[in-house]
Amino acid sequence: MAKLNTTRNVAGADDVYQMLIDAHEGLSKAESDALNARLILTLINHIGDGEVIAEALALAKG
Amino acid sequence: MNKIFEIPLYPYARSADQDAAAPARHTVAVVGAGPIGLGVALDLAQLGVEVVVLDDNDKVSFGSRAVCYAKRPLEILDRLGCGVPMVDKGVEWNLGKVFFDQRQVYEFNLLPEDGHKFPAFINLQQYYFEEYMVARVREMQAAGKPIELRGGNKVTHVTPAVDKVTLDIDTPDGPYQIEADYLIACDGANSPIRRQLGLEFVGEVFQDNFLIADVIMEAEFPTERWFWFDPPFNRGQSALLHKQPDNVWRIDFQIGWDIDRAEELKPENIDKRLKAMLGDVSYELEWSSIYTFQCRRMEKFHEGRVIFAGDAAHQVSPFGARGANSGLQDTDNLAWKLKLILDGTAPETLLDSYDIERIHGAKENILNSTRSTDFITPKSETSRIFRDAVLDLAEKHDFARPFVNSGRLSVPCTYDGSPLNSADALPQGPARSRPGSPCADVPLGDSFLLSRLGGRETPRFTLLAIDTDAPDSLTVSGLDVAVLRLSAQDAPLLADRYLGTAEGAVYLIRPDQHVAARWPAYDETTVTAALARAIGKEQ
Ligand SMILES: Cc1cc2nc3c(=O)[nH]c(=O)nc-3n(C[C@H](O)[C@H](O)[C@H](O)COP(=O)(O)OP(=O)(O)OC[C@H]3O[C@@H](n4cnc5c(N)ncnc54)[C@H](O)[C@@H]3O)c2cc1C
Repeated sequence: MAKLNTTRNVAGADDVYQMLIDAHEGLSKAESDALNARLILTLINHIGDGEVIAEALALAKG
Repeated sequence: MNKIFEIPLYPYARSADQDAAAPARHTVAVVGAGPIGLGVALDLAQLGVEVVVLDDNDKVSFGSRAVCYAKRPLEILDRLGCGVPMVDKGVEWNLGKVFFDQRQVYEFNLLPEDGHKFPAFINLQQYYFEEYMVARVREMQAAGKPIELRGGNKVTHVTPAVDKVTLDIDTPDGPYQIEADYLIACDGANSPIRRQLGLEFVGEVFQDNFLIADVIMEAEFPTERWFWFDPPFNRGQSALLHKQPDNVWRIDFQIGWDIDRAEELKPENIDKRLKAMLGDVSYELEWSSIYTFQCRRMEKFHEGRVIFAGDAAHQVSPFGARGANSGLQDTDNLAWKLKLILDGTAPETLLDSYDIERIHGAKENILNSTRSTDFITPKSETSRIFRDAVLDLAEKHDFARPFVNSGRLSVPCTYDGSPLNSADALPQGPARSRPGSPCADVPLGDSFLLSRLGGRETPRFTLLAIDTDAPDSLTVSGLDVAVLRLSAQDAPLLADRYLGTAEGAVYLIRPDQHVAARWPAYDETTVTAALARAIGKEQ
């Protein structure tokens, strides 16, 4: 049973996407990488379910 | 003044075996007088099994090597008669701090649970540990126990046969041979016996070096474990500071892969590192060494009558203190089984459960040590980015702290799925005491539960009945089972650790204090079957 929500779930997709891009504005590659890593870890904690993370990783790997 | 590790504690002495016309026969020969060889020899001799320990050296561990000992091995050592001196001499600690660059990002407390005879952890130099074991060997010899320790005896070849093992031994007086019913190879990570027999030792070598320095100094640092990631005094690397008795401090510097060992070990270069870390302190360097860490194990822990234990069978990186700690769990698992096999009470196949249970333990230790080492020495740029992100977040956000891994400290192994276990018939009981788990201690008046389980002189199974009926005595398959009846009214922690929400419980406990089976009430047929299973007699 898939647990990962792969249906459309973000209201205002353009706004949210813009937030992500804006957050990286003016950062060096190293700073951006660090920000992404902190973001991923924070979201992983929010999700809190290893199975969902595993499914998301599999999806992202393609 | 000579250090204890410079004094020959078991110097070479000629033995009668060297003048025998035919090779003398021993019951068990142990190769290696490190902590694991001495541990298994003490256990066997205490059980009345004749044992001879051979070591090419004659001194305890040179320098301290292992420093952290966990509760479970201390409990095992207590049964062997050397747990209390370890704790008396050792330094107890509970607090650990993790620093990233200049900032403290995380602090943990081992929060030892109440009601245990032994503390969660102590720090003690490995040479003291071995010294106490040698002292215990002498004490047992004085009491007429069948144990011998031969220094200056280098085992050069072993010849396994169906019913015995022949050993070729080199000494200052020349070579001789002995035979043994069983050989236990505790000859360390480079095990010459393992090599000679062509047995695989596979796993991972970490591409990194650690400079370990033990320094004697009067310092104000608290008795805590301090771990640094990327500190100013060791940029891009890690460092560790931990206290041992006698004002000896363990300091580890991660120093990277491409190094010049000889250069790094020069006292003036070690001095530069120490001054950068500690400031302008005065100290004496007791011991230093450079290690590359590895996590590997054998595919099987015994081949016929040759049995491997300790570092010879499995090796871990020291983050988590799982080396000596887990080796003592090997010996604890092995000694009673071997005794029952030698007595003819259990089938030889009981030894297969040693492999199954201790490989389970080794896998757990290797998994944990590998993960810690990967966190400390990230293998890729991305791995380092995530590691640093965890440390950054951990400073302000509690949620990130569980990801910080500077070593997951040794905890005893639960033998889930062991063929010696019977199915859990007390699901209302606490999970920590399910079949396969090591018994948790409980204070019983002015003594403790663990000192009443297991047995020193015989490999004793115990039937522990808590607030329910049990017979006065029990003998099954030629084994006398000790019956211990207790009430949670007299010892409230029994309810917490053994009853859960059950009103009463019966536990069948192995000689190594692991739970074999548990039920809500006593029933002779099921107990008998569980005991037979626990000694490898039926499935
Ligand atoms: C820096 C460092 C820190 C560590 N910290 C910890 C810690 O905090 N906690 C922990 O639990 N563990 C720790 N360890 C691991 C611990 O030191 C080992 O797990 C432990 O010493 C293994 O004991 P052993 O008896 O199996 O082997 P060893 O101690 O290596 O003993 C092997 C013995 O076999 C003898 N021998 C070898 N070949 C022959 C031969 N052919 N004939 C006769 N004798 C022979 C040797 O002389 C030696 O005495 C640490 C290790 C290191 C290096």
